[in-house]
Amino acid sequence: MSAAATGRAAVRPVGVVSVAQSKSVRREDHRNEVEILMPVVTEVFANIGVTKSDMGFVCSGSTDYLVGAPFSFVMALDAVGVWPPMRESHVEMDGAWALYEAWTLLQEGEIDTALVYSFGRSSPSQLDRVLALQLDPYYMAPLWPDPVALAALQAQALIDAGKATEKDFATVAARSRRDALANPNAQVAKDQSVEALLADDYVVAPLRRHALPPITDAVACVVLAAGDRARELCERPAWITGIDHRIEAHALGARDLSVSSSTRLAAQGAGVFDASGGVPGAVDVDVAELHAPFASQELILREALGLSEAVAVNPSGGALAANALMVAGLLRIVEAASRIMDGSARRAVAHATSGPCLQQNLVCALAAEPAGPAGKGA
Amino acid sequence: MTDVGTLTDSAASGEAPVTTLSTPIRLDYQYTAGLSQSRFLHGIAQGKFIGQRCPACHQVYVPPRGSCPTDGVATTDPVELANKGTVTTYCVVNVPFQGQSIEIPYICAQILLDGANIAFMGLIQELPADQVRMGMRVEAVWLPKEQWGLTMASVKYFRPNGEPDADYETFKEYL
Repeated sequence: MSAAATGRAAVRPVGVVSVAQSKSVRREDHRNEVEILMPVVTEVFANIGVTKSDMGFVCSGSTDYLVGAPFSFVMALDAVGVWPPMRESHVEMDGAWALYEAWTLLQEGEIDTALVYSFGRSSPSQLDRVLALQLDPYYMAPLWPDPVALAALQAQALIDAGKATEKDFATVAARSRRDALANPNAQVAKDQSVEALLADDYVVAPLRRHALPPITDAVACVVLAAGDRARELCERPAWITGIDHRIEAHALGARDLSVSSSTRLAAQGAGVFDASGGVPGAVDVDVAELHAPFASQELILREALGLSEAVAVNPSGGALAANALMVAGLLRIVEAASRIMDGSARRAVAHATSGPCLQQNLVCALAAEPAGPAGKGA
Repeated sequence: MTDVGTLTDSAASGEAPVTTLSTPIRLDYQYTAGLSQSRFLHGIAQGKFIGQRCPACHQVYVPPRGSCPTDGVATTDPVELANKGTVTTYCVVNVPFQGQSIEIPYICAQILLDGANIAFMGLIQELPADQVRMGMRVEAVWLPKEQWGLTMASVKYFRPNGEPDADYETFKEYL
């Protein structure tokens, strides 16, 4: 499909050429952020035989609220090394948005490579209180609504709309945690039947324990490269054929929580849908890695993206198997890109979310061939 | 939906407009010192400053954070540093603030321990505030040994040690 048909400008081919991640664990007791990051940064460079001096740009995603340390992202740079001075940036967002910033800079054509990393330790804080602070500070945050209760409102909206049942949530959880058995970095990996999961107690109805994400500490790194540089560095880059992110209203009451209009818009912007404008849905995708911290949210995202039953969703286990805040979104791109780099998928879609009840969503379309006149996606 | 009116209506009705809303927030955290800072703190508990050397550029960092911020490589060689060092720069605190535990005026200084390549912040005492100067030689004054612990509070403060001032050339890179 042409750029004119989608309304999007032609993009410079940029691909994921190397990925690395730590194990996702319940709590990193011994190492600080820098000590967790350093070996993963070393690995992401060693994979393709480069050093930090080969990077045109470095961008990170994290939030100081998780560890309660002001400017923790500045200290984290010690894991990369900052001499001689380099071009560097940070987003107070999941690393997927740091990747978006790096991709945008690569589009300008001044640089050919970028390192993206994110670190997230969800364990040191009272996570339910930290996450309440992302809500409107006048009327909602002072009530300290916890993220499970808000997700339960969303899950109930989904049930009330006749789109899902509690058994559907258990089915998502059973599949995710079974798939996670094949992911050596996953935190929660189990083979349990849907019936067994439905015997769980409610945490907040209609969500049972299995529908909730674990609390996770982890880091992830990606190297992006443009055009010929990507082909030099990697036999089979995972080309980013489109990437977009959209935000919905801050006030939960202003949204229909049973759908994700921002995911749908971001997917349109990222060129995930065919030329008919998004109906019936994503074309020709082998794998989708969706950042759905709650099982119910996967169902909302599947509908927004129009994924058919043939698409392998979250073969890594997804956020139900490991959900390091600020990392789990970038990890979806890492996992989706890995499927293309290892040749097991031809086209993939990765999704990242942020905010309460899927408020903000990023969609990244990846393929074994770059978009544009020379690519298959043209 | 109830029409709650506008601010102007509210003022006209005699209700004072709400201009301030107080929402107290408290967050508690479990701090992870990390491997390198843990080694440093265990050194403090034994009355020693333990830094770490970068294998690439050979700079010595204290307190160490586990990596060389210049090279981005792990600093694994422990280096025991002297109990004395040089004031590279300083400020005199004259402003009282809530929770202040030291009588003003007092001196807050950047102290470069002998053998280290980075200065850290410390308190200077046993000296009138107007007599502190760049290059002044100082030593650490520790709490009684039985009170040493895994905290920088084991070091009470630094004080002049009577050595002649260091030459500016020896510390100008560490300001």
